[in-house]
Amino acid sequence: MSPIIQGLITIVIGVGGCVGYFYLANLVLDKVIFPARGANIGRNINRANQIRPWLFLFPAMFALGLYLMYPVIGSFVRSLYDRAGTDFVGLGNYARLAQNPDFRQAFLNNILWALVVPAATTFMGLLIAQLTDRLRWGAFAKSLIFMPMAISFVGASLIWKFVYAQDPDIGIINAIRAAFGATEGLDPLQIPFWNNFLLMAILIWIQTGFSMVILSAALRGIPEETIEAAIIDGANPFQVFFKIKVPQIMGTIVVVWTTVTILVLKVFDIVYTMTGGNYGTEILPSFMMDFMFRDDGQATAVAFVIMLVVLPVMIWNIAQARKEMR
Amino acid sequence: MDNIAGQKSSLSIVTNIAVFVIVLAWLIPTVGLFVSSFRDRDQISASGWWVAPFSVELTYRTRADATPTRDGDAYVIEGNIFESAEVREVFSSGAATIAGFGLSAREPDGIAPGTETVDRDGGTLTVFEDGSYIYRTLEDPGASGPRVYFSAMTPPEFTLDNYRTVLTADNMDRAFINTLTVTIPATVIPILIAAFAAYALAWMEFPGRGLLIATVVGLLVVPLQLALVPLLNLHNQIGIGQSFVGIWLAHTGFGLPLAIYLLRNYMVGLPRDIIESAKVDGATDFQIFTKIILPLSFPALASFAIFQFLWTWNDLLVAKVFLPSTGDSQVMTVKIADDLLGSRGGDWGILATAAFVSIAVPLVVFFSMQRFLVRGLLAGSVK
Repeated sequence: MSPIIQGLITIVIGVGGCVGYFYLANLVLDKVIFPARGANIGRNINRANQIRPWLFLFPAMFALGLYLMYPVIGSFVRSLYDRAGTDFVGLGNYARLAQNPDFRQAFLNNILWALVVPAATTFMGLLIAQLTDRLRWGAFAKSLIFMPMAISFVGASLIWKFVYAQDPDIGIINAIRAAFGATEGLDPLQIPFWNNFLLMAILIWIQTGFSMVILSAALRGIPEETIEAAIIDGANPFQVFFKIKVPQIMGTIVVVWTTVTILVLKVFDIVYTMTGGNYGTEILPSFMMDFMFRDDGQATAVAFVIMLVVLPVMIWNIAQARKEMR
Repeated sequence: MDNIAGQKSSLSIVTNIAVFVIVLAWLIPTVGLFVSSFRDRDQISASGWWVAPFSVELTYRTRADATPTRDGDAYVIEGNIFESAEVREVFSSGAATIAGFGLSAREPDGIAPGTETVDRDGGTLTVFEDGSYIYRTLEDPGASGPRVYFSAMTPPEFTLDNYRTVLTADNMDRAFINTLTVTIPATVIPILIAAFAAYALAWMEFPGRGLLIATVVGLLVVPLQLALVPLLNLHNQIGIGQSFVGIWLAHTGFGLPLAIYLLRNYMVGLPRDIIESAKVDGATDFQIFTKIILPLSFPALASFAIFQFLWTWNDLLVAKVFLPSTGDSQVMTVKIADDLLGSRGGDWGILATAAFVSIAVPLVVFFSMQRFLVRGLLAGSVK
């Protein structure tokens, strides 16, 4: 069966199934289990209304439970078993990881990513949001900077392969070096340590648009009186920006920062496409893919380490959400 | 606030220039890819894309194949090298100049135009700047004429050949369709499931609601990597294995937290009056949801749909794990990352074109629906 037809059938079955489920479940609840008639009509309606939320929630809860909550436990349990999944090895996989120099390298690189990328993204986003705020062509400029958001990490990596290429007739960096008299082409992706930053630049390039859009909206939301008052008091534009605007949007800056941090800890495409983890650029997600399909025990152990790194952000996020709901 | 006294106009010039420079820096990589995808393979390796509109010096191989004439004992071939059969097409558009010529592939342009050179058989060859040549030999040159190498400034050439190769020869058309097949069900199905759940979380009273919302927020952050091994094993056990059904389910599950979160945030902001007066008029929850909430939530639904579309279209990780790695079911990202980068690693034109084919659809979606995308982003993170 051709995949397109299969896809169309899936859409029909999926959508029809969902609509059918919601509609029929409601119908059964109201007409059969707790009919709104007869002696207990009042109690029946109340009971039906108590159950209905769970009818609405059930498919989502089922999918979330199966696809996101079960794996957290499943992965942890799997990481306690050996490669074949038959022998219990306790924390053996983690111990092996800790002794693996590649893992340590990946871990340190990941920390570096998690520090540099969110900081640079937020800073660039804030800078551009502020610069374009009063510009007549600001909206146009922003939409161009926002554009990489639509590009896949793989596509973006290819785009930047052209920038970093060793051949000065392809890579613009080496072309500039050649123009300044460098005779030997150099592969920027093989410079130890700094190549990590060149890879980070790709993610910063993609994500700056995201932080720019959000911070730009936050800047617009600042009450104008505060800015006017500061200007009348003689504040220069820099003081207005750093002492009046930035403190007022601090909450949004933190949200952007954490959102990008979470993203950074998951991205494996860039490293995988650009260097394959060679030349000391390995990070945890790409390191995990080295084990995927080969040693599930170690792969899940790496995944669980990623989870542990993300955990503080998750807890902070939940606390934040609870605060907002009150 | 432009009218406030104290705004400095010199600062605005600096701002304009700074923004211009930043936009340029942001655009250059993509423009490079776009330009390269239309360039001829030889031209790509001969000059940078930033000089694509100018002529490049390229080396050619051809034969002095004009008809020989007799001059006493000798044979003489006279003609124009640009009109020889092997290179005629390249130079059909206009005149070029010879930068150098030669007789062997080792030194294809070592001899300056206008200089006479002697070949192995004792014949003499002179190629002039305008391409005209004279070859004089004592032996019969035969029908095909002697080999000549030359380098010449070649006019820029933009072709669709790369696109033709990528879309026909490299199985990329198949990958394109596969991507589409993965993307559409994986976008449509979670929306529906999430909309009902979001409504329940936003407008229905029941114990444990706060806890559920907190759970959804927590699940937003769970790294995908955790899900890969257990779910693949699960899929294998229940017989789905690595297949489109598996990847649809996976994308649905992974997309749900964001969908519920975005939609709930939006639905909570809908005016309470409308919903309550509908309830007073006797509407059931199901009716309120389908007749009032869904139509009013259209912007949020659209923005999640765009997110999920971009995310599933651009995804590499989930496709690598949940789809078989054979050519028939590769999506474009996998095709590029695992296949083309390996087999076509040096063919920059093909790589650029493949990348551009894969990002074209998201770019169209992005530019036509930017409004919704921005609104969705803001609903998700700014209060």
